[in-house]
Amino acid sequence: MPITEEQSVKTACWSCGSALAAGAPFCGACGKVQAPSAGVTYFDVFGLPRKLALDTSALERAFYKLSRKLHPDVYARASEQEQQWSLEQTSLLNDAHRTLKNPISRTEYLLKLEGVEIEQDRSSENGAKKESRVPPDLLEEVFELNMQLEEMRMNQKMGEDDPQLRQDLEKAKIQFEGQMTDSDSQLQALWAKWDAALDAQDDASLAEVKDTMVALLDRRRYVRNLVRDVNEALGN
Amino acid sequence: MQGERPVVIPGEDGLNLVPSVVALAGDGQHKFVVGNGARQYLIQTPERVIYSVKRLMGRGVDDVREELKLFPFRLAADLQAGEVLRIKLGPDSENAEFTPPEISAYVLRQLKKNAERYFGAPVTKAVITVPAYFNDAQRQATKDAGRMAGLEVLRLVNEPTAAALAYGLDRNKEGIVAVYDLGGGTFDISILKLHEGIFEVIATNGDTHLGGDDIDNLLIAIALDDIEGELGIDVRTSPETVQAIRKEVIAAKIALSSEQVARISVDLPSGQKYQRELPREAFEQIIRPVIDRTIEPCKQALKDAGVTPEQIDEVVLVGGSTRIPSVRTLTDQVFHLDQRGKVPHIELNPDEVVALGAAVQANILGGGSKATEDMLLLDVTPLSLGIEALGGVVAKIIQRNSTIPASATEHFTTGVDGQTNVAIHVLQGERELAKDCRSLARFDLKGIPPMSAGLPRIEVKFLIDANGILHVSAREQRSGKEAEIEVKPTYGLTDEQVESMILDSFDHAEADFAERQLIEARNEADTILSAVDKAPSNAAWQLLTDEERAQIGLLKDELFVLKQGDDLKALRAGTEALDKATRRFAELMMDAAVSSAIKGETMDSAGDKLGEGPTAPHPFAPAEIK
Repeated sequence: MPITEEQSVKTACWSCGSALAAGAPFCGACGKVQAPSAGVTYFDVFGLPRKLALDTSALERAFYKLSRKLHPDVYARASEQEQQWSLEQTSLLNDAHRTLKNPISRTEYLLKLEGVEIEQDRSSENGAKKESRVPPDLLEEVFELNMQLEEMRMNQKMGEDDPQLRQDLEKAKIQFEGQMTDSDSQLQALWAKWDAALDAQDDASLAEVKDTMVALLDRRRYVRNLVRDVNEALGN
Repeated sequence: MQGERPVVIPGEDGLNLVPSVVALAGDGQHKFVVGNGARQYLIQTPERVIYSVKRLMGRGVDDVREELKLFPFRLAADLQAGEVLRIKLGPDSENAEFTPPEISAYVLRQLKKNAERYFGAPVTKAVITVPAYFNDAQRQATKDAGRMAGLEVLRLVNEPTAAALAYGLDRNKEGIVAVYDLGGGTFDISILKLHEGIFEVIATNGDTHLGGDDIDNLLIAIALDDIEGELGIDVRTSPETVQAIRKEVIAAKIALSSEQVARISVDLPSGQKYQRELPREAFEQIIRPVIDRTIEPCKQALKDAGVTPEQIDEVVLVGGSTRIPSVRTLTDQVFHLDQRGKVPHIELNPDEVVALGAAVQANILGGGSKATEDMLLLDVTPLSLGIEALGGVVAKIIQRNSTIPASATEHFTTGVDGQTNVAIHVLQGERELAKDCRSLARFDLKGIPPMSAGLPRIEVKFLIDANGILHVSAREQRSGKEAEIEVKPTYGLTDEQVESMILDSFDHAEADFAERQLIEARNEADTILSAVDKAPSNAAWQLLTDEERAQIGLLKDELFVLKQGDDLKALRAGTEALDKATRRFAELMMDAAVSSAIKGETMDSAGDKLGEGPTAPHPFAPAEIK
């Protein structure tokens, strides 16, 4: 299935009339900021394909270059309309930079574009707290950890301290942090797979990699929350 | 800016610093005294004075209860939770209450006057600095104050960032800079990355309730306890004495920055004298708890920035309190300066550096000049933004230290069939529960088309602008309808309230403004009086009835008398009355000379219509028909 050409629609700059690609934040000829377009993704903002491996220093340089062209400070004396557009375009630029710079948020963002609902760490609107799925291979460890955390909290309430328990929890924390580092390198490998499948237009592989990444991120999120709980209990 | 460098504009008294002291003079009129001139009121009539109102901006009664104990301010008795503060100035009988933005507006108005005097021209735009750790309510209050003072606020700039700008004017400065800003009431620590003229804030932290004022209050408390212990008198009941003590401890504090010992001497109402010697060592011990409170925010900022102290290339010290030797030592320890052979930057006056930086930013916003042509400021929001979800939990939608402008989009739906309103509670802070965070505002989304529960898809966009202030817009996606949003700011003023305060401030205008209005009104009265004087020579005069002519004569005489006095309202009323009484006469005159297009106008307005040249022709002159 061929990848459709994006942005084949052209529009014109409101100020000088030069031709513009749809979604261009400013005019290449006169430099004036343009009205924001709908449907511009964070990848579009930087003119990047929907690939996961990314040169972060190139991203940074592009970010500064675009900031100099779009920032509200540059439009302080322009019309109210231009100021509003500058505000929205810069906000989009900043949101895009922030999201793509971090490997986890970049992956989550791409998955969201691909239609995956990312689990959030909060209650849903009707009040039921979504219980995160416990990764099956961690069931025993999580059970044990929860018991230790409960004991720690009880000790704190009573003003007691158990050095052995503290040590055990520290060990568990280091172990889980190690798992997170592992999942980060696994993620990088999955990126390579995704990018290759994208180039080869291999839909089956894309779907498979997608599912693997979702599972990996779910697991990583779960472990991160465990580390947070341990830190809290240890008073860090 | 003057050429390549920013300069501070002095006040009328020739001094660069205008202390934020505001006094309500007690002579029947609402006359305000601002700055050094207000200081004498602080000693003589402290109930008429307020200082450091910055500490009260965007705050509620529960926030300030503690600190109010050592400040002479009194709050209005009927304040509700979530309401903007109202402060009483003067005795209860005068019934004068002011919100913090109104007080702040008086300070800004004074600065505006100083600038206008310096330039010899009106000044209507300003860049105003705020502590980096100021939340939305505090920023909005500052913007409101600017508006009330007649200033268009081009930008709110964070104080540490402004200081970095002042230092970084030499564009060769590259690297990672920490700005440690300990002022009178607030503490900020910002970590910035400087390169190729871009000033990028990476992380910021602070305490908007910590500063030199806290040091002063500690010393005052000790003096008060001393006096009570040694002499058995509680002078807390005498505000004048407390202020006299305050003046002495501040002088001592300043002296101890260069001397090893300072002396405090205060005359008490009983006729006795309180005297004490304060050696530097004892002083440092006393203030230790206050300055140590700056350590944790510094550590957190370094952590958020992902840098170690060793990676900080330069440290800039801002704020008068950084003159204190033990504060310098503390920054040395936190940023490992001495061991790396580095010293903090103190070349620019710590009391002025922020204003200098604001001038640089104003220059950039005004189009820039050679000195600032490559400079760009990228700042961040200091606090996470969240929405209250069911269960009192906060869902964070924009993380702290995100570069601004920044946005987040969230989707909501209704819980009940036919529901047309959705309420959102927005907060700022890092805690998990809403009750531990700072309430920003409640947004009421109205006009949602009635549907079954759960069907509407309301897309709400949260946008933090370059000032760090939140804007909310909402759209119901199925119908495409923009939702009307009613904003209830916490501890803040609504747009209508700010508007009315701008008008109110004109009623309490200062002498020269009232004077100008009186002159204008007298001129208007003169115009119509001379026109009426010439009326009988016009043929149309004979077409009036006797009563009409008598009425005109009466009002003319009255207006003549009013013109001699200075009752502005009466003078204006008299002018209007005479104008109305001569309306028919003007019509008759016009009928004779011009087309019916001018029928129904009064003489004044007809006069306007007749001529738009440099000198509008006399209202009775025949119209020029082109």
